[in-house]
Amino acid sequence: MLHNETLLVIAGMAAATFFTRFACLALFSRSGVPGWMGRWLKHVPTAILTALITPALLLPRGSLDISTGNHYLLAGCVAAAAAYKTRSVIATMTLGLAVMFALRWINL
Amino acid sequence: MMVEFQSGVRDGLPVLVGVVPFGLACGIMGITVGMTPLETVLMSVLVFAGASQFVAMTMLGAGAAGGLIVLTTLLINLRHLLMGASLAPHMNRLPVPVQALLAFGMVDETYALTMDRVRQNRYHPGYQLGCNLSFYLAWIASTTVGVCLGERIADPLAWGLDFAMPAMFLALLMPRLADKTGALVCALAAVVSVAGAMYLPGKWYIIIASLAASVAGGLLEGENNAAQ
Repeated sequence: MLHNETLLVIAGMAAATFFTRFACLALFSRSGVPGWMGRWLKHVPTAILTALITPALLLPRGSLDISTGNHYLLAGCVAAAAAYKTRSVIATMTLGLAVMFALRWINL
Repeated sequence: MMVEFQSGVRDGLPVLVGVVPFGLACGIMGITVGMTPLETVLMSVLVFAGASQFVAMTMLGAGAAGGLIVLTTLLINLRHLLMGASLAPHMNRLPVPVQALLAFGMVDETYALTMDRVRQNRYHPGYQLGCNLSFYLAWIASTTVGVCLGERIADPLAWGLDFAMPAMFLALLMPRLADKTGALVCALAAVVSVAGAMYLPGKWYIIIASLAASVAGGLLEGENNAAQ
């Protein structure tokens, strides 16, 4: 069974999400991106990746946790070192997750 | 085209390890908050945005007004505007319907993979489509399995599998820190996002830190150019 109210919410969410994904492409599809903006946008991937990673490692439960009890931070340091050395997504994820599971297992 | 598509799928596969537990959790949560199986899967099919789906389901369960849920979805997904803008220079020669199709599949992970491909080689729509499609299908499939299992299995995110996401992003971030401006942008984004996560409500820290750090990077680069 489908509830009309829930369906409406889902449709609204779909429209809102698609708007955020397509608006900028539509805006620049004819004119192209101006030069000053290009210099800015070049740094967006680095900025977004950092803004997604850092709080996930330092505040895994919503509050700042810089201690050896924070498994995300410990596994994150190992993953960062692996990423720096190998430049490989698979190696980084494998090593990072292995450390994560090991920490869970021995429950440090 | 086919070769590019296949290489997009291939690069997406290891990263799916990080998506499947979230999809399972999404399906389980839909049932838990009282949505029907069909509604839960339909949300994954039409919205395809993990963080906002979790928040929306929590709000639905708490009986929040529909308009408020849609507005919250819009706010959580504001970072897509920035991602879309940064992809625009690469995509603006494509036909608009193709841009719309590729935009529908743009999530954090597929965006990061596509931009990594741009950094290593050049942009290709086939590659982006390969990433998007493998993520989209994995998201729907894992939501469906979550719905079927319902509360019969333990929360898959409690295993620590949610660490797969930051680990994958770390691998894509590292090569971007080789130049001084990149390293400064990263440092600034780290400080602002942590401060934002501590003191701002919701997910505002993502868009604020990304904006502040990328604008600072653009300004730094402008100054360097002027000095030369």
